Amino acid sequence: MDPVDGNAIGGLLIDVFGTEMTAAESTCGTCGASRPVAELVVYQRAPGTVVRCRTCGNVLMVFVKVHDVISVDLAGLATLGDGEVSSTGAGRTWRQP
Amino acid sequence: MSPVSRGFRGRSGTPAGEDSRLPPGQHVVTDYPVLSAGPTPHTPLPEWTFSITQGGATLKSWTWQEMQALPAETVTVDIHCVTRWSKLGTHWRGVSVDTLLDQVESSAPYVLAFSDGGYTTNLPTEDVSGGRAWVAFGYEDGPLAPEHGGPARLLVPHLYFWKSAKWVRGLELRDHDAPGFWETYGYHIYGDPWKEQRYAGD
Amino acid sequence: MERTAVRGRLTWQTAAVTSITRETDAVTTIELEPPDWAGHRAGQHLDVRLTADDGYAAERSYSIASAPGEPLAITVQRLEDGEVSPYLTGELRVGDEVELRGPIGGYFVWEPSDHSPLMLIAGGSGVVPLRSMLRHRLRTGSDVPARLLYSSRTWPDVIYRAELDKYRDGVRVIWTLTSSQPPGWTGYSGRVNAAMLTETAWPASQHPITFICGPTSFVEAVAENLIGLGYPPQRVKTERFGGT
Repeated sequence: MDPVDGNAIGGLLIDVFGTEMTAAESTCGTCGASRPVAELVVYQRAPGTVVRCRTCGNVLMVFVKVHDVISVDLAGLATLGDGEVSSTGAGRTWRQP
Repeated sequence: MSPVSRGFRGRSGTPAGEDSRLPPGQHVVTDYPVLSAGPTPHTPLPEWTFSITQGGATLKSWTWQEMQALPAETVTVDIHCVTRWSKLGTHWRGVSVDTLLDQVESSAPYVLAFSDGGYTTNLPTEDVSGGRAWVAFGYEDGPLAPEHGGPARLLVPHLYFWKSAKWVRGLELRDHDAPGFWETYGYHIYGDPWKEQRYAGD
Repeated sequence: MERTAVRGRLTWQTAAVTSITRETDAVTTIELEPPDWAGHRAGQHLDVRLTADDGYAAERSYSIASAPGEPLAITVQRLEDGEVSPYLTGELRVGDEVELRGPIGGYFVWEPSDHSPLMLIAGGSGVVPLRSMLRHRLRTGSDVPARLLYSSRTWPDVIYRAELDKYRDGVRVIWTLTSSQPPGWTGYSGRVNAAMLTETAWPASQHPITFICGPTSFVEAVAENLIGLGYPPQRVKTERFGGT
Protein backbone atom coordinates (compact mmCIF):
# COMPACT_ATOMS: atom_id res chain seq x y z
CA MET A 1 0.00 0.00 0.00
CA ASP A 2 1.57 3.28 -1.12
CA PRO A 3 1.79 6.15 1.30
CA VAL A 4 0.08 9.47 0.62
CA ASP A 5 1.32 12.96 1.40
CA GLY A 6 0.64 15.77 3.83
CA ASN A 7 -2.39 16.97 1.84
CA ALA A 8 -4.26 13.95 3.21
CA ILE A 9 -3.87 15.04 6.82
CA GLY A 10 -5.00 18.62 6.31
CA GLY A 11 -8.05 18.05 8.50
CA LEU A 12 -6.06 16.30 11.23
CA LEU A 13 -3.56 19.16 11.29
CA ILE A 14 -6.40 21.67 11.73
CA ASP A 15 -7.66 19.55 14.67
CA VAL A 16 -4.22 19.56 16.24
CA PHE A 17 -2.86 23.01 15.40
CA GLY A 18 -6.07 24.96 14.99
CA THR A 19 -5.08 26.19 11.55
CA GLU A 20 -4.27 25.09 8.01
CA MET A 21 -0.75 23.63 8.04
CA THR A 22 -0.25 21.84 4.71
CA ALA A 23 1.49 24.83 3.15
CA ALA A 24 3.70 25.37 6.20
CA GLU A 25 7.42 24.69 5.80
CA SER A 26 8.82 21.81 7.81
CA THR A 27 12.47 21.00 8.53
CA CYS A 28 13.65 17.49 9.28
CA GLY A 29 15.49 17.22 12.57
CA THR A 30 17.70 14.44 11.21
CA CYS A 31 18.83 15.52 7.73
CA GLY A 32 17.77 19.18 7.68
CA ALA A 33 15.65 18.87 4.52
CA SER A 34 12.93 21.54 4.23
CA ARG A 35 9.66 21.21 2.38
CA PRO A 36 6.00 22.05 2.81
CA VAL A 37 4.08 19.68 5.06
CA ALA A 38 1.98 18.74 2.00
CA GLU A 39 5.05 17.13 0.46
CA LEU A 40 5.93 14.91 3.41
CA VAL A 41 5.39 11.14 3.22
CA VAL A 42 2.29 10.07 5.15
CA TYR A 43 1.38 6.58 6.27
CA GLN A 44 -2.27 6.64 7.31
CA ARG A 45 -3.04 2.92 7.20
CA ALA A 46 -1.67 2.12 10.60
CA PRO A 47 -2.64 2.27 14.27
CA GLY A 48 -1.70 5.94 13.97
CA THR A 49 -0.64 8.46 11.34
CA VAL A 50 3.08 8.51 10.71
CA VAL A 51 4.69 11.38 8.81
CA ARG A 52 8.20 10.84 7.43
CA CYS A 53 10.84 12.99 5.79
CA ARG A 54 10.82 12.51 2.03
CA THR A 55 14.62 12.84 1.91
CA CYS A 56 15.87 10.57 4.70
CA GLY A 57 12.78 8.59 5.73
CA ASN A 58 12.99 9.44 9.41
CA VAL A 59 9.81 9.88 11.42
CA LEU A 60 8.87 13.55 11.83
CA MET A 61 5.40 13.42 13.35
CA VAL A 62 3.16 10.73 14.81
CA PHE A 63 -0.54 11.21 15.60
CA VAL A 64 -2.52 8.64 17.56
CA LYS A 65 -6.17 9.00 18.46
CA VAL A 66 -6.30 7.76 22.05
CA HIS A 67 -10.01 7.56 22.87
CA ASP A 68 -11.14 11.15 22.19
CA VAL A 69 -7.77 12.83 22.42
CA ILE A 70 -5.21 13.18 19.63
CA SER A 71 -1.76 12.38 20.92
CA VAL A 72 0.86 14.29 18.96
CA ASP A 73 4.59 13.68 18.77
CA LEU A 74 6.74 16.09 16.80
CA ALA A 75 10.10 14.83 18.01
CA GLY A 76 11.48 14.31 14.51
CA LEU A 77 10.95 17.91 13.38
CA ALA A 78 13.39 20.74 13.78
CA THR A 79 10.97 23.45 12.67
CA LEU A 80 7.35 23.61 11.59
CA GLY A 81 5.85 26.73 10.00
CA ASP A 82 6.47 29.83 12.03
CA GLY A 83 6.13 28.04 15.33
CA GLU A 84 9.01 26.67 17.33
CA VAL A 85 9.40 22.95 17.94
CA SER A 86 11.11 22.65 21.28
CA SER A 87 12.00 19.85 23.60
CA THR A 88 10.34 19.77 26.99
CA GLY A 89 11.82 16.55 28.29
CA ALA A 90 8.55 14.71 28.08
CA GLY A 91 8.44 15.14 24.34
CA ARG A 92 8.48 17.80 21.69
CA THR A 93 5.81 20.48 21.67
CA TRP A 94 4.91 23.17 19.20
CA ARG A 95 4.24 26.65 20.33
CA GLN A 96 1.79 28.45 18.07
CA PRO A 97 3.21 31.79 16.95
CA MET B 1 -23.54 12.46 18.59
CA SER B 2 -23.02 11.94 14.88
CA PRO B 3 -26.08 11.20 12.77
CA VAL B 4 -26.27 7.63 11.53
CA SER B 5 -25.59 7.28 7.81
CA ARG B 6 -28.55 5.34 6.44
CA GLY B 7 -27.48 1.94 5.18
CA PHE B 8 -23.78 2.29 6.04
CA ARG B 9 -22.25 -0.87 7.45
CA GLY B 10 -18.50 -0.34 7.19
CA ARG B 11 -16.46 -3.52 7.10
CA SER B 12 -18.43 -5.03 9.94
CA GLY B 13 -18.83 -8.72 10.02
CA THR B 14 -19.99 -10.43 13.15
CA PRO B 15 -19.51 -8.06 16.05
CA ALA B 16 -18.06 -9.29 19.32
CA GLY B 17 -20.60 -10.74 21.68
CA GLU B 18 -22.10 -12.86 18.97
CA ASP B 19 -18.91 -14.85 18.54
CA SER B 20 -16.91 -15.95 21.56
CA ARG B 21 -13.76 -16.12 19.45
CA LEU B 22 -13.81 -12.37 19.07
CA PRO B 23 -12.36 -10.07 21.70
CA PRO B 24 -14.46 -7.01 22.57
CA GLY B 25 -14.69 -4.29 19.91
CA GLN B 26 -13.41 -6.44 17.08
CA HIS B 27 -15.02 -7.54 13.84
CA VAL B 28 -14.05 -10.34 11.47
CA VAL B 29 -12.59 -9.58 8.05
CA THR B 30 -12.00 -11.98 5.21
CA ASP B 31 -9.36 -9.94 3.38
CA TYR B 32 -6.01 -9.21 4.99
CA PRO B 33 -5.54 -5.45 5.54
CA VAL B 34 -2.02 -4.11 5.11
CA LEU B 35 -1.07 -1.59 7.75
CA SER B 36 2.30 0.08 7.78
CA ALA B 37 4.16 2.94 9.44
CA GLY B 38 6.88 3.05 6.82
CA PRO B 39 8.19 1.65 3.55
CA THR B 40 8.43 -2.12 3.10
CA PRO B 41 12.03 -3.16 3.71
CA HIS B 42 13.67 -5.63 1.33
CA THR B 43 16.62 -7.30 3.01
CA PRO B 44 18.10 -9.93 0.70
CA LEU B 45 18.05 -13.33 2.36
CA PRO B 46 21.86 -13.81 2.18
CA GLU B 47 22.13 -10.68 4.34
CA TRP B 48 19.28 -11.56 6.70
CA THR B 49 20.04 -12.53 10.28
CA PHE B 50 18.01 -12.94 13.45
CA SER B 51 19.85 -12.01 16.63
CA ILE B 52 19.29 -12.23 20.33
CA THR B 53 21.12 -9.38 21.99
CA GLN B 54 21.62 -8.12 25.49
CA GLY B 55 23.35 -5.00 26.72
CA GLY B 56 24.65 -4.22 23.26
CA ALA B 57 26.21 -7.65 22.75
CA THR B 58 24.91 -10.31 20.37
CA LEU B 59 24.35 -13.52 22.33
CA LYS B 60 23.32 -15.64 19.39
CA SER B 61 22.57 -15.07 15.74
CA TRP B 62 21.11 -17.16 12.94
CA THR B 63 21.41 -16.70 9.21
CA TRP B 64 18.38 -17.44 7.02
CA GLN B 65 19.73 -20.89 6.26
CA GLU B 66 20.38 -21.59 9.92
CA MET B 67 16.86 -20.45 10.82
CA GLN B 68 15.39 -22.69 8.11
CA ALA B 69 17.32 -25.64 9.54
CA LEU B 70 15.64 -25.30 12.93
CA PRO B 71 12.52 -27.32 13.73
CA ALA B 72 9.50 -25.39 12.43
CA GLU B 73 5.81 -25.69 13.26
CA THR B 74 2.60 -24.98 11.43
CA VAL B 75 0.05 -23.25 13.61
CA THR B 76 -3.51 -22.05 13.16
CA VAL B 77 -4.34 -18.95 15.14
CA ASP B 78 -6.73 -16.02 15.35
CA ILE B 79 -5.16 -12.57 15.00
CA HIS B 80 -6.54 -9.32 16.37
CA CYS B 81 -5.44 -5.89 15.17
CA VAL B 82 -5.87 -2.92 17.47
CA THR B 83 -7.58 -1.12 14.57
CA ARG B 84 -10.47 -3.52 15.25
CA TRP B 85 -10.20 -6.14 12.55
CA SER B 86 -9.66 -9.81 13.37
CA LYS B 87 -8.84 -12.74 11.15
CA LEU B 88 -9.80 -16.16 12.41
CA GLY B 89 -8.05 -19.41 11.65
CA THR B 90 -4.94 -18.07 9.96
CA HIS B 91 -2.19 -20.55 9.14
CA TRP B 92 1.47 -19.80 9.76
CA ARG B 93 4.73 -21.65 9.61
CA GLY B 94 7.67 -20.66 11.74
CA VAL B 95 10.17 -21.43 14.45
CA SER B 96 8.97 -21.22 18.03
CA VAL B 97 10.69 -18.42 19.92
CA ASP B 98 11.28 -21.01 22.68
CA THR B 99 13.62 -22.81 20.27
CA LEU B 100 15.61 -19.60 19.88
CA LEU B 101 15.60 -18.54 23.53
CA ASP B 102 16.65 -22.04 24.59
CA GLN B 103 19.97 -21.38 22.90
CA VAL B 104 20.87 -18.45 25.10
CA GLU B 105 21.29 -18.28 28.83
CA SER B 106 19.28 -15.44 30.19
CA SER B 107 16.71 -14.67 32.79
CA ALA B 108 15.87 -11.26 31.35
CA PRO B 109 12.20 -10.56 32.08
CA TYR B 110 11.55 -8.38 29.01
CA VAL B 111 12.33 -8.32 25.32
CA LEU B 112 12.28 -5.57 22.74
CA ALA B 113 11.67 -6.99 19.28
CA PHE B 114 13.43 -4.97 16.57
CA SER B 115 12.84 -4.91 12.84
CA ASP B 116 14.21 -3.64 9.56
CA GLY B 117 13.07 -0.06 9.09
CA GLY B 118 13.43 0.76 12.79
CA TYR B 119 10.18 -0.63 14.17
CA THR B 120 10.25 -1.96 17.71
CA THR B 121 7.76 -3.45 20.14
CA ASN B 122 8.21 -4.59 23.72
CA LEU B 123 6.92 -7.73 25.44
CA PRO B 124 7.48 -9.66 28.66
CA THR B 125 9.77 -12.61 27.93
CA GLU B 126 7.13 -14.99 29.21
CA ASP B 127 4.78 -13.76 26.48
CA VAL B 128 7.15 -14.86 23.77
CA SER B 129 7.83 -18.23 25.36
CA GLY B 130 5.83 -21.23 26.54
CA GLY B 131 4.71 -21.95 23.00
CA ARG B 132 3.04 -18.56 22.55
CA ALA B 133 5.27 -16.96 19.92
CA TRP B 134 7.04 -17.74 16.66
CA VAL B 135 9.36 -16.22 14.14
CA ALA B 136 7.04 -16.86 11.21
CA PHE B 137 8.10 -17.04 7.56
CA GLY B 138 5.21 -18.95 6.02
CA TYR B 139 1.63 -17.72 5.68
CA GLU B 140 -1.19 -19.90 4.32
CA ASP B 141 0.39 -21.91 1.51
CA GLY B 142 3.41 -19.83 0.72
CA PRO B 143 6.25 -17.67 1.93
CA LEU B 144 5.23 -14.65 3.97
CA ALA B 145 4.81 -11.71 1.55
CA PRO B 146 6.91 -8.57 2.17
CA GLU B 147 3.81 -6.39 2.65
CA HIS B 148 2.75 -8.69 5.50
CA GLY B 149 6.15 -8.75 7.13
CA GLY B 150 8.17 -11.18 5.04
CA PRO B 151 10.69 -12.69 4.95
CA ALA B 152 9.91 -13.18 8.65
CA ARG B 153 7.84 -11.55 11.32
CA LEU B 154 7.23 -12.13 14.96
CA LEU B 155 3.92 -13.87 15.61
CA VAL B 156 2.37 -13.40 19.07
CA PRO B 157 -1.35 -14.02 18.51
CA HIS B 158 -2.50 -13.72 22.11
CA LEU B 159 -1.70 -9.99 22.06
CA TYR B 160 -2.81 -7.24 19.68
CA PHE B 161 -1.11 -7.71 16.37
CA TRP B 162 1.13 -4.64 16.58
CA LYS B 163 3.19 -6.80 18.94
CA SER B 164 3.78 -9.25 16.08
CA ALA B 165 6.57 -7.17 14.61
CA LYS B 166 6.85 -7.31 10.83
CA TRP B 167 10.31 -7.66 9.26
CA VAL B 168 11.67 -8.80 12.62
CA ARG B 169 15.46 -9.11 12.91
CA GLY B 170 15.87 -9.95 16.56
CA LEU B 171 15.06 -9.65 20.23
CA GLU B 172 16.90 -7.47 22.68
CA LEU B 173 16.78 -8.98 26.17
CA ARG B 174 16.15 -6.39 28.85
CA ASP B 175 15.93 -6.11 32.61
CA HIS B 176 13.38 -3.30 32.36
CA ASP B 177 10.39 -2.93 30.08
CA ALA B 178 10.91 -0.16 27.53
CA PRO B 179 8.12 1.01 25.24
CA GLY B 180 8.56 0.24 21.56
CA PHE B 181 7.29 2.27 18.61
CA TRP B 182 3.52 2.31 19.10
CA GLU B 183 3.82 2.02 22.87
CA THR B 184 5.81 5.26 22.87
CA TYR B 185 3.04 7.01 20.97
CA GLY B 186 0.22 6.03 23.30
CA TYR B 187 -0.57 2.37 22.78
CA HIS B 188 -0.79 -0.02 25.71
CA ILE B 189 2.47 -1.37 27.11
CA TYR B 190 1.06 -4.95 27.16
CA GLY B 191 -1.89 -5.10 24.72
CA ASP B 192 -4.24 -7.92 25.78
CA PRO B 193 -7.16 -7.88 23.33
CA TRP B 194 -9.38 -9.79 25.76
CA LYS B 195 -9.04 -6.94 28.26
CA GLU B 196 -9.25 -4.43 25.41
CA GLN B 197 -5.89 -2.93 26.34
CA ARG B 198 -5.53 -0.73 23.29
CA TYR B 199 -4.11 2.47 24.76
CA ALA B 200 -1.87 3.31 27.70
CA GLY B 201 -4.02 3.41 30.81
CA ASP B 202 -6.75 1.12 29.46
CA MET C 1 0.75 23.77 24.33
CA GLU C 2 -1.19 26.74 23.07
CA ARG C 3 -3.98 25.91 20.70
CA THR C 4 -6.58 28.07 19.03
CA ALA C 5 -10.12 26.76 18.99
CA VAL C 6 -11.50 26.84 15.46
CA ARG C 7 -15.21 27.07 14.86
CA GLY C 8 -17.57 27.43 12.00
CA ARG C 9 -16.65 25.97 8.66
CA LEU C 10 -13.94 23.72 10.10
CA THR C 11 -16.27 21.72 12.28
CA TRP C 12 -18.40 18.80 11.18
CA GLN C 13 -21.74 19.62 9.67
CA THR C 14 -24.51 17.50 8.20
CA ALA C 15 -25.13 18.10 4.50
CA ALA C 16 -28.07 16.94 2.41
CA VAL C 17 -27.35 15.04 -0.80
CA THR C 18 -29.09 17.02 -3.53
CA SER C 19 -28.02 15.18 -6.64
CA ILE C 20 -26.08 12.13 -7.74
CA THR C 21 -24.56 11.85 -11.21
CA ARG C 22 -22.92 8.74 -12.57
CA GLU C 23 -19.76 9.86 -14.39
CA THR C 24 -18.40 6.45 -15.34
CA ASP C 25 -18.91 2.85 -14.27
CA ALA C 26 -16.98 3.35 -11.06
CA VAL C 27 -17.19 7.12 -10.56
CA THR C 28 -20.02 9.24 -9.18
CA THR C 29 -20.42 12.96 -8.54
CA ILE C 30 -22.40 13.90 -5.46
CA GLU C 31 -23.81 17.37 -4.92
CA LEU C 32 -24.11 18.40 -1.29
CA GLU C 33 -25.87 21.19 0.55
CA PRO C 34 -24.19 21.87 3.88
CA PRO C 35 -26.02 24.38 6.10
CA ASP C 36 -22.95 26.52 6.74
CA TRP C 37 -20.55 26.44 3.82
CA ALA C 38 -18.14 29.36 3.62
CA GLY C 39 -16.92 28.61 0.13
CA HIS C 40 -13.69 27.03 -1.00
CA ARG C 41 -10.62 27.49 -3.23
CA ALA C 42 -10.03 25.41 -6.33
CA GLY C 43 -7.99 22.35 -5.38
CA GLN C 44 -9.18 22.01 -1.80
CA HIS C 45 -10.87 18.94 -0.38
CA LEU C 46 -13.36 18.09 2.30
CA ASP C 47 -13.55 15.24 4.79
CA VAL C 48 -16.60 12.97 4.86
CA ARG C 49 -17.60 10.93 7.89
CA LEU C 50 -20.04 8.01 7.84
CA THR C 51 -21.44 6.49 11.02
CA ALA C 52 -23.02 3.03 11.23
CA ASP C 53 -25.83 2.37 13.68
CA ASP C 54 -23.42 0.61 16.06
CA GLY C 55 -21.45 3.83 16.31
CA TYR C 56 -18.64 2.67 14.03
CA ALA C 57 -17.36 5.64 12.03
CA ALA C 58 -15.19 5.91 8.94
CA GLU C 59 -13.66 9.11 7.56
CA ARG C 60 -12.26 9.82 4.11
CA SER C 61 -11.09 12.90 2.21
CA TYR C 62 -12.49 13.81 -1.22
CA SER C 63 -11.37 16.56 -3.55
CA ILE C 64 -13.99 19.19 -4.30
CA ALA C 65 -15.07 18.87 -7.93
CA SER C 66 -17.05 22.11 -8.16
CA ALA C 67 -15.56 25.54 -8.69
CA PRO C 68 -15.88 28.20 -5.99
CA GLY C 69 -19.38 29.66 -6.29
CA GLU C 70 -20.95 26.55 -7.82
CA PRO C 71 -23.09 24.09 -5.82
CA LEU C 72 -20.68 22.05 -3.72
CA ALA C 73 -19.84 18.69 -5.29
CA ILE C 74 -17.39 15.87 -4.78
CA THR C 75 -16.53 13.12 -7.25
CA VAL C 76 -15.89 9.69 -5.76
CA GLN C 77 -14.25 6.68 -7.34
CA ARG C 78 -15.48 3.31 -6.10
CA LEU C 79 -12.51 1.27 -4.85
CA GLU C 80 -12.90 -2.50 -5.06
CA ASP C 81 -11.87 -3.12 -1.47
CA GLY C 82 -13.10 0.23 -0.25
CA GLU C 83 -15.15 0.82 2.85
CA VAL C 84 -16.61 4.25 2.19
CA SER C 85 -16.52 4.61 -1.61
CA PRO C 86 -18.81 1.63 -2.34
CA TYR C 87 -21.38 3.23 -0.04
CA LEU C 88 -21.10 6.70 -1.57
CA THR C 89 -21.19 5.41 -5.14
CA GLY C 90 -23.72 2.64 -4.61
CA GLU C 91 -26.01 3.01 -1.64
CA LEU C 92 -26.28 6.78 -1.16
CA ARG C 93 -29.51 8.40 -2.36
CA VAL C 94 -30.71 11.94 -2.94
CA GLY C 95 -32.17 13.12 0.33
CA ASP C 96 -29.68 11.22 2.46
CA GLU C 97 -27.37 13.16 4.75
CA VAL C 98 -23.61 13.08 4.90
CA GLU C 99 -21.36 14.56 7.58
CA LEU C 100 -18.59 16.69 6.18
CA ARG C 101 -16.07 19.32 7.16
CA GLY C 102 -14.04 21.69 5.10
CA PRO C 103 -12.76 23.19 3.01
CA ILE C 104 -9.27 21.88 3.73
CA GLY C 105 -5.97 22.67 2.08
CA GLY C 106 -3.70 25.64 1.54
CA TYR C 107 -0.96 24.13 -0.62
CA PHE C 108 -2.70 22.43 -3.53
CA VAL C 109 -4.79 25.44 -4.54
CA TRP C 110 -4.88 27.61 -7.67
CA GLU C 111 -6.02 31.21 -7.93
CA PRO C 112 -6.52 33.15 -11.17
CA SER C 113 -4.34 35.87 -9.66
CA ASP C 114 -1.44 33.57 -10.55
CA HIS C 115 -0.86 34.46 -14.18
CA SER C 116 1.72 31.73 -14.80
CA PRO C 117 0.89 29.23 -17.53
CA LEU C 118 -1.06 26.51 -15.77
CA MET C 119 0.05 22.88 -16.13
CA LEU C 120 -2.36 20.28 -14.81
CA ILE C 121 -1.47 16.58 -14.87
CA ALA C 122 -4.02 14.00 -13.77
CA GLY C 123 -3.89 10.26 -13.22
CA GLY C 124 -7.33 8.67 -13.00
CA SER C 125 -9.46 10.26 -10.27
CA GLY C 126 -6.66 12.78 -9.75
CA VAL C 127 -8.50 14.87 -12.33
CA VAL C 128 -11.09 15.94 -9.75
CA PRO C 129 -9.32 18.89 -8.08
CA LEU C 130 -7.86 19.92 -11.44
CA ARG C 131 -11.34 20.06 -12.94
CA SER C 132 -12.30 22.45 -10.13
CA MET C 133 -9.35 24.63 -11.16
CA LEU C 134 -10.38 24.63 -14.83
CA ARG C 135 -13.99 25.48 -13.98
CA HIS C 136 -12.77 28.26 -11.68
CA ARG C 137 -10.59 29.61 -14.49
CA LEU C 138 -13.57 29.62 -16.84
CA ARG C 139 -16.02 31.15 -14.36
CA THR C 140 -13.67 33.99 -13.50
CA GLY C 141 -12.97 34.81 -17.16
CA SER C 142 -9.26 34.15 -16.64
CA ASP C 143 -7.10 34.07 -19.74
CA VAL C 144 -4.25 32.19 -18.10
CA PRO C 145 -3.14 29.63 -20.68
CA ALA C 146 -3.77 26.14 -19.32
CA ARG C 147 -2.98 22.58 -20.30
CA LEU C 148 -4.41 19.42 -18.82
CA LEU C 149 -2.57 16.17 -19.46
CA TYR C 150 -4.98 13.46 -18.35
CA SER C 151 -4.00 9.80 -18.05
CA SER C 152 -6.75 7.17 -17.83
CA ARG C 153 -6.90 3.45 -18.40
CA THR C 154 -9.55 3.44 -21.12
CA TRP C 155 -11.86 5.92 -22.82
CA PRO C 156 -14.91 4.81 -20.80
CA ASP C 157 -12.86 5.49 -17.65
CA VAL C 158 -12.35 9.15 -18.48
CA ILE C 159 -14.17 11.31 -15.96
CA TYR C 160 -15.86 14.54 -17.17
CA ARG C 161 -15.15 13.47 -20.71
CA ALA C 162 -17.77 15.58 -22.50
CA GLU C 163 -17.01 18.66 -20.42
CA LEU C 164 -13.24 18.44 -20.90
CA ASP C 165 -13.63 17.77 -24.62
CA LYS C 166 -15.37 21.10 -25.04
CA TYR C 167 -12.47 23.29 -23.91
CA ARG C 168 -11.05 25.42 -26.69
CA ASP C 169 -9.53 28.88 -26.22
CA GLY C 170 -6.72 28.97 -23.76
CA VAL C 171 -7.18 25.41 -22.51
CA ARG C 172 -5.56 22.45 -24.21
CA VAL C 173 -6.63 19.00 -23.03
CA ILE C 174 -4.26 16.15 -23.88
CA TRP C 175 -5.43 12.60 -23.30
CA THR C 176 -3.43 9.47 -22.82
CA LEU C 177 -4.99 6.04 -22.44
CA THR C 178 -2.78 3.42 -20.82
CA SER C 179 -4.76 0.21 -21.14
CA SER C 180 -6.71 0.29 -24.40
CA GLN C 181 -7.70 2.86 -26.99
CA PRO C 182 -10.89 3.13 -29.08
CA PRO C 183 -10.75 2.70 -32.88
CA GLY C 184 -9.41 5.79 -34.59
CA TRP C 185 -7.78 7.12 -31.41
CA THR C 186 -5.62 10.18 -32.06
CA GLY C 187 -4.54 10.86 -28.48
CA TYR C 188 -1.50 9.42 -26.71
CA SER C 189 -1.22 5.81 -25.63
CA GLY C 190 0.65 4.46 -22.66
CA ARG C 191 1.86 5.97 -19.43
CA VAL C 192 3.04 9.53 -19.06
CA ASN C 193 6.80 9.54 -19.57
CA ALA C 194 9.58 12.05 -20.21
CA ALA C 195 8.99 12.03 -23.98
CA MET C 196 5.28 12.74 -23.62
CA LEU C 197 5.98 15.53 -21.15
CA THR C 198 8.59 17.07 -23.45
CA GLU C 199 5.92 17.27 -26.12
CA THR C 200 3.01 18.37 -23.97
CA ALA C 201 4.18 20.29 -20.93
CA TRP C 202 4.91 24.01 -20.95
CA PRO C 203 8.63 24.62 -21.45
CA ALA C 204 10.29 25.36 -18.11
CA SER C 205 11.35 28.72 -19.54
CA GLN C 206 7.72 29.85 -19.44
CA HIS C 207 7.71 29.46 -15.63
CA PRO C 208 4.51 27.46 -15.36
CA ILE C 209 2.79 26.54 -12.13
CA THR C 210 2.10 22.81 -12.11
CA PHE C 211 -0.38 20.63 -10.24
CA ILE C 212 -0.05 16.84 -10.39
CA CYS C 213 -2.71 14.64 -8.82
CA GLY C 214 -3.43 10.93 -8.86
CA PRO C 215 -2.07 7.66 -7.48
CA THR C 216 1.18 8.03 -5.53
CA SER C 217 3.33 6.18 -8.06
CA PHE C 218 1.91 8.27 -10.93
CA VAL C 219 2.51 11.55 -9.15
CA GLU C 220 6.07 10.66 -8.22
CA ALA C 221 7.03 9.46 -11.68
CA VAL C 222 5.59 12.57 -13.34
CA ALA C 223 7.15 14.95 -10.81
CA GLU C 224 10.53 13.34 -11.25
CA ASN C 225 10.27 13.66 -15.02
CA LEU C 226 9.26 17.33 -14.83
CA ILE C 227 12.14 18.16 -12.54
CA GLY C 228 14.36 16.40 -15.05
CA LEU C 229 12.95 18.77 -17.67
CA GLY C 230 14.03 21.74 -15.60
CA TYR C 231 10.86 22.46 -13.66
CA PRO C 232 11.83 23.94 -10.27
CA PRO C 233 10.45 21.69 -7.49
CA GLN C 234 8.79 24.54 -5.63
CA ARG C 235 6.64 25.24 -8.71
CA VAL C 236 5.44 21.63 -8.94
CA LYS C 237 2.63 20.95 -6.53
CA THR C 238 1.66 17.37 -5.84
CA GLU C 239 -1.30 15.56 -4.32
CA ARG C 240 -1.01 11.79 -3.90
CA PHE C 241 -4.08 9.58 -3.62
CA GLY C 242 -2.34 6.37 -2.46
CA GLY C 243 -2.96 3.16 -4.34
CA THR C 244 -0.67 0.14 -4.68
